Amino acid sequence: MARNGCGEAVPPKEIQLAMYRTMLTIRMFEESISEAFARGLIPGFIHLCIGQEATAAGTGANLRADDYIISTHRGHGHCIAKGADVRLMAAEIFGRATGYCKGRGGSMHVAAPALGILGANGIVGGGLPIINGAALSAQMRGTDQVAVCFFGEGASNEGTFHEAVNLAAVWKLPVVFLCENNGYAEFTPLSTHMAVKSVADRAAAYGIEGLTVDGNDVLQVYEGVRGAVERARRGDGPSIVEGLTYRWHGHYEGDPQKYRSQEEMEKWRGRDPIARFSERLAAQGILEAASQERVRMEVKKEIDAALQYAQDSPLPSPEEALLEVYA
Amino acid sequence: MKPETHAETKADRAGEKTMKETSYLKAVTEALREEMLRDEKVFIAGEDVGECGGPFAATRNLFREFGPKRVRDTPISESAIIGLAIGAAATGMRPVVEIMFSDFIATCWDQVVNQAAKMRFMFGGSLTLPLVIRTQMGAGQNAGPQHSQSIEAWAMHVPGLKVVMPSTAYDAKGLLKAAIRDDNPVLFIENRICYKLRQSIPEEDYVLPLGVADVKREGRDVTVVAVSNLVHKALAAAALLAGEGIEAEVVDPRSILPLDIETIKKSVRKTSRLVIVHEDVRFAGMGAEIAAAVSEEVFDYLDAPIKRVAAPFMPVPFSKPLEEFYLPNEEKIVKAVHEVLQ
Repeated sequence: MARNGCGEAVPPKEIQLAMYRTMLTIRMFEESISEAFARGLIPGFIHLCIGQEATAAGTGANLRADDYIISTHRGHGHCIAKGADVRLMAAEIFGRATGYCKGRGGSMHVAAPALGILGANGIVGGGLPIINGAALSAQMRGTDQVAVCFFGEGASNEGTFHEAVNLAAVWKLPVVFLCENNGYAEFTPLSTHMAVKSVADRAAAYGIEGLTVDGNDVLQVYEGVRGAVERARRGDGPSIVEGLTYRWHGHYEGDPQKYRSQEEMEKWRGRDPIARFSERLAAQGILEAASQERVRMEVKKEIDAALQYAQDSPLPSPEEALLEVYA
Repeated sequence: MKPETHAETKADRAGEKTMKETSYLKAVTEALREEMLRDEKVFIAGEDVGECGGPFAATRNLFREFGPKRVRDTPISESAIIGLAIGAAATGMRPVVEIMFSDFIATCWDQVVNQAAKMRFMFGGSLTLPLVIRTQMGAGQNAGPQHSQSIEAWAMHVPGLKVVMPSTAYDAKGLLKAAIRDDNPVLFIENRICYKLRQSIPEEDYVLPLGVADVKREGRDVTVVAVSNLVHKALAAAALLAGEGIEAEVVDPRSILPLDIETIKKSVRKTSRLVIVHEDVRFAGMGAEIAAAVSEEVFDYLDAPIKRVAAPFMPVPFSKPLEEFYLPNEEKIVKAVHEVLQ
C-alpha cells in the first residue's frame, strides 16, 4: 500500500483505475438495464444498485480470481466486480439461452462458479450460511481462498445472519461479511427495524472485528475490505465490514418510493461515489478528465454490445426446461 | 421381532459372500466410515456428532478415527448446518450433515428448498451439489408432537431433492453409500425405531441404487406399499394374512424421490389390489401420489379401490393411547387388506 502526499494509504494506481472502470461499468450497465426494463424488454422484476457501486468495486478489487463471493437480489454490481462478463449477465437478465444460467435464474440469480461467483440470491439472508461452506471447503482443501458474502442491513435481522456469523467466528472461517447498509430494508427505514445504529456493532456479539466505512468512498471501502481479507487469508477468521450507502432507484424498478423524501434522495445523489472518485482521480493526476471520458466511451461501447448480444440471443427452448433439475 | 426381509434372503442367496450381522444403526455408521475412507472430500457436520458420537450414536468413534476436521460439531444452528453443506458441496467437498430430528428441518427449510434443491437448476447447471442431509424420524416412542413428525411428503414435493427412507440395515448401508456418492442433494431419513433391528449384511463394499424399490415379500393377492419402519408392520401384517391364505406382496420404495412407480405398477398388475401404508398423515401424504399414479397408469388392472393406511390429520400426540390411535399398525393394515379383498 502506497501513501499519497497527504500521508493517506492509497491503493496502487492500477487498482484505482480498475475500480473506477468497475464502478462505471456497474453504473452504465444498470442504467441500460433500467431503460430496457422500462421499455418492456426484460421480464420479471429488477433490483438495481445504482448509487452503491463503490461497495462492490472496493470489495472486488481486493479479491483474487479464485476467491468466492455470494451476492444478493441486488447483485449485478457484485458480479461485475468479481469479473462477470456483462454480455452473459445481460443475456441472463433478458431470459436468454446464452445467459449465465441459460435463462433459468434471471436477474436475482446470476451465478458463475468458475469465476468464484456462487450466485446472487433472491432470499434475503439466504447466502450467509452458504458462504461458510465455501470458506470451510477452502480451509479443508488447504488453500488460502477467501469467501465474501454481500448482504444488506435488512438481512442482518434474519436468523441466518446470527447463525452464519456465529459459526464462522467459532470456526475462524476465512469469510468477510460485507454489509451494504443502504438505510432501507425494502421500504422500511433502518430506525424502524434495528435498535442499534450499525451492523458492524453486531460483530461484538460474535467476538469478531466489525468496521463501518463510508460506502460511497471507494477508497475507504477498499481499505476496510483489504484488512478483512488479509485477516481471513492469514487464518485470523471472519469480519464484518459495513459500507454506509444509498440506492438511487427504488427497491425494485417501478417502486413508487413513497417511503422516502425527495430531499433525502437529492442529498445522497450529492454523494455520488463515482463523481467523488472521478474528481479525486483528476485532482491527483491519476486520470485526467479527457482520459475519464475515454474510459466512459469504452465502457459504453461494451455495455451497448452486451445489451445487443442479449437481445440478439435466442430464448431457451421448453424442451430443455427439465434439464439440470438433477445432476 | 426380527423381520425376515427380502433383502436378507437375497443377500443370503449370494452364498459365497462373507456375511456379518449388524444393526441398522451400525450399518449407518459403517457406511459413513467407509465413504470417509474412500473419499477424503467426505466430511460430517452436525449437532453433537463429534466426540460424543451423535445423539443416537450414529457417528460413534468416527471423531476418534477421522479427527475434528472431518467430524465437526456445530452450534445448534440448523440453517448454518445446511448452508455449510451447500457452500462446501458447491466448491468441491462431499458433506454429510445431520439434522437431529426430522421435525427440526422446518427451522432450515429455506436452505433445503430455496437453496440446495434449486441451486443447480437456477444456475443453469453450472454447479453440482453432492451433499447428504441425514436425519431420523419415527413416531411410537412418545416423543411428542415436535419430535415425531413425518416430513417426507414435504420433501418429495421439492424438485431437485432426492429423498431416501431405508427400512433395514442392508438398505440403510447400501443406500447411504449411494447417497454420499450421488451428485445431488439427498435427504436421508433414517428411522430411530429401526436402529436396533439386526440383519445379516455382506462384509464387502456394496451400493444400492437410489430410485429402485425392493419387493420385501412376494405375494399374489394384494400389493402393500410401505416405507421405513412401516415396512416391518406391513411384513407382520402379511404374516398374519398368510395364516388366512392371503398372500400379500410388500413393496418398499426405499427412496421416495425418485419414486420407483414402475415396480409398484408391476406388482399391482399382478395382484390387482393396492394398499399404501405410511405413518405420515393420510391427507396429501406420499400415498396420495402413489394412488394417483397407479390410478392414472394401471387403473384397468385394479379390482378394488386403492386403500391408504395412514395417520389421521393431526400432530403426533404424546400420550401412549393417543399415539397408538395415531399410528398405523398390523391390525389396521390387515383390516385394509380385508376391505380391498371383499
